[in-house]
Amino acid sequence: MSSIKLYPPKPKKVYFFGTCLVDLFYPDAGMAGIQLLEREGIEVIFPQDQTCCGQPAYTSGYHDQAREVAAAQLALFPEDYLIVLPSGSCAGMMREHYPELFAGYPEEALAREISGRIYELTEFLLHVCHMQIEDKGEPVRVAMHTSCSARREMGLGDVGPSLLGKMAHVEVVEQERIKECCGFGGAFSVRHPEISEAMVTDKVAAIAATGADTLITSDCGCMMNITGAAEQMENQGQDSHFKGEHIASFLWRRCHGS
Amino acid sequence: MGHNASPQQNGVGEFHPRVHDAITNPQIRANFRKAMDGLMEKRQQAFPSDEELERTRELAAAIRLRALSKLPELLEKLEANLIAQGVKVHWAENGDEACKIILDICNGKNAKSVIKGKSMVSEEMELNHYLEEHGIEALESDLGEYIVQLAEETPSHIIMPAIHKNTEQISDLLHEKTGTQKSRDVEYLTAEARQQLRERFEKADVGVSGVNFAVAETGTLCLVENEGNGRLTTTVPPVHIAVTGIEKVVENLEDVAPLLSLLTRSATGQHITTYFNMISSPRKEGELDGPEEVHLVLVDGGRSNIYQDDELLDTLRCIRCGACMNHCPVYTRIGGHAYGYTYPGPIGKILMPHLAGLDDAKDLPSASSLCGACGEVCPVKIPIPKLLVRLREESVAGDHRHDNSVVKGRGAKRKGMEPLIWKGWAKMHKHGGLYRSGTGLATVLWGLLPDALLSKGMGAWMSCRTMPKLAKTTLHQQMKTRQQVQASDNNQRENAGDL
Repeated sequence: MSSIKLYPPKPKKVYFFGTCLVDLFYPDAGMAGIQLLEREGIEVIFPQDQTCCGQPAYTSGYHDQAREVAAAQLALFPEDYLIVLPSGSCAGMMREHYPELFAGYPEEALAREISGRIYELTEFLLHVCHMQIEDKGEPVRVAMHTSCSARREMGLGDVGPSLLGKMAHVEVVEQERIKECCGFGGAFSVRHPEISEAMVTDKVAAIAATGADTLITSDCGCMMNITGAAEQMENQGQDSHFKGEHIASFLWRRCHGS
Repeated sequence: MGHNASPQQNGVGEFHPRVHDAITNPQIRANFRKAMDGLMEKRQQAFPSDEELERTRELAAAIRLRALSKLPELLEKLEANLIAQGVKVHWAENGDEACKIILDICNGKNAKSVIKGKSMVSEEMELNHYLEEHGIEALESDLGEYIVQLAEETPSHIIMPAIHKNTEQISDLLHEKTGTQKSRDVEYLTAEARQQLRERFEKADVGVSGVNFAVAETGTLCLVENEGNGRLTTTVPPVHIAVTGIEKVVENLEDVAPLLSLLTRSATGQHITTYFNMISSPRKEGELDGPEEVHLVLVDGGRSNIYQDDELLDTLRCIRCGACMNHCPVYTRIGGHAYGYTYPGPIGKILMPHLAGLDDAKDLPSASSLCGACGEVCPVKIPIPKLLVRLREESVAGDHRHDNSVVKGRGAKRKGMEPLIWKGWAKMHKHGGLYRSGTGLATVLWGLLPDALLSKGMGAWMSCRTMPKLAKTTLHQQMKTRQQVQASDNNQRENAGDL
C-alpha cells in the first residue's frame, strides 16, 4: 500500500455485508463475525436484501451484469454507518472497484462514498475496535492463509497474524511460500483447472508440512479451495490432514473456550 | 510457411493442451520453480528498504508516464537528434516491415552474416527466421539466446531465454550441436560457448541489437547487458542496426538512472549490470573503433493502437525486467513456452492480446487468479491485474462503456451460454427477495461457477477437490430468525412491564 490508512474511532452501529459465499456455505463464520462485533458493544445491522458484491461477474468480464447487481447493493446502506465484510476479496471489490465500475453513471458519487466506508472484518476488529482477546481455548497449532485480495489489494497482510498473535494458547506456524496464491481466483479455478490444481496442491502440501491442526483464513473462497483439495488428497491416501476455519469462527470460539 | 503466419505472433495451437504438457512435465516444473525461487530471493535482497523501493517505483512510473504522455513529440526529437549525430532512423508499422528494412540494409552491404544481441522485439518480429529465409545467417550472441537457437526453440523468459533448461540439458545440447565435452561445470560450458561466439563476431557483417532506453533529448540508445556480447555486437561489425518498440523512448538522461537501477534490481537482483552501453553515433573521424554505420529501426507493431486508450496505455510503461513472470504462480508452474507467444507471463497476458488480437490470444487474460503478485513487484507500477480484468471484459464485450474500444478482437469470446448465464445471475442477484427464495445449490452453481455448468457440471472443480457443502440455513435465514426471537423477547419484556 502506498498510503497509510487512518482508522476512525469505534462506532456504535455498523452494517454487515455477509457475502454470498458465507451466506450459503459458511453462515457460522458470518454469525461469528456479527457476534464479535456485538461483543465490542457495536449494534450490527444486517440488510436482508443483500446478495453478492458482483465480483464473480466482474472478474469474468461481464461488467454490465456486475454493475446491475452492485447497484442493488448500493441501496442497502442509507445511513452513514461503516460497512463490515468477513472477506478481503469482497471488501476489495467494494472498496477498490466500485468507483471505477460506476464511473460515468448516476450512482458514481454514491459508489465512491460507500467504497470509503468498506472494512474487512479482521481489519475492523484490530484497527477500529482494538480488540482484546482472552484466549480460553486449549493449546493449538494453526497456519494462516491470507487471501491475495486482503494482502495485496487491501494491504492487510499483517492483520490476521496480529490477531492470532494476541492469543495465548495459539501457536502460529508459517508455511513455505506463505504469500503465494492458493489458486482459487473464482472462475479461474474452473476455467483453468490444471493450473489451479497445481497451485492448490502445492499450497496444501506446504500447509500439511507445518503440522498445523487448523488452517485459518479470512476468505471463504481460499478456504473452500484449500480444504476441498486437502480432503481430496487425504481421500487419495496422502498425508494432508488439517481442517479449515474462518478466522471469525476461530476467534469467537477461543473467546468462549469452546 | 509464410512469414505472416509466424508462430510467435500468433499462438501455437491451443492453450490448454500446452498447459497440460508443461504442468505434467516434472523437469519443466522443477526447473522453473528452482529458477523463480532464486530470482525472487535475489530481487528481495536487492531491495532492502521497502520505502526506497516504493519511492523509486513512484519515480520510475512517473518517468514512464511522462514519456508516454508526449510520445509523438519525443520520438520526433529522438529521430532529429540521432540523424544529426549520423544515425539513420527507420520507421516500421509492423514486424514484417521492420524485417524488410533490416534485410534491405543487409543487402545494401552485401551482408551474409548477422550477429545479434538480445532483443525481444526481434523475437516478436521473427527476424532470424526472416533473414534466414532470405539467405542471411543470423546468429544469437547472448548465451541464453544462443542455447535457445541451438535447440531450435524460442525464449521461455524475456530476460533469461533458456531458463527452462538446467545445466545438464544445456551440456547435452552443446555436446550434441557443437561437440563440447559434457560437463556440469557452468564456467566450462560458458567459456566454450563464448569461444564459439567470439570467432563468429569477427566474421559478422552486421550487428543487430535491441534497445533498453532511447533518450530523446540527447539521441542516445542505451543497452543493458551482462555478457559483453552487446558491446561486441554494436562495435565489431561495420554496421550496427538497433531495433526497438516505439514505447522505449524516455525524455532525458536523468530519467535513465532510476529506470536502470530498478530494471537490473527487479530483473536479476543486480545493482548494476556488467555492461551498460550508450550509443549515440557511428564511428567518428579519428576514432579507433565502432561501426561505420548505425541504424535505428522503430517498430510500432500494434503499440500505437494501445496508445489510444488511457487505461491500456499503461501496458506501454513496461521496461521488460521480467519480475512479473518471476513472481507469477502461474508462470512458475507452466513456464514460458506454454503461453505460446513471444512475451509470456503477466506482461504477455496484457501485451499479446494487442499484438496478436484478442481473438487469437483469447485464453491469456483469464489464465490468472488475479493474485496481484505481478502488480506488486512491477518496477513501473503497471496495474497488471486491473488490465487483465479490462481485457477479460474486452474479450466478452461485457461493458457497453467500451463498445468503441480500440482492442482488436473485442467480443471474440462472447459466445455460447455464458452471456445468458450471467444475465440470469444478475436477475437473481439484483433482487434480494428473488435471491433469498432462490434455489439453494442451483443458486450457488449459477452464481459462482458458470463454466462448470457450461462444460462438465462440477467436473473441473471436482478434479482435485471435494464438493463444497451447502449450509443447512443461510446467514440471511439465521439473522431473520434471530431478529424475530429478539423482537418477541422485547415484546414479552414490554408486556411484562405493563403488568
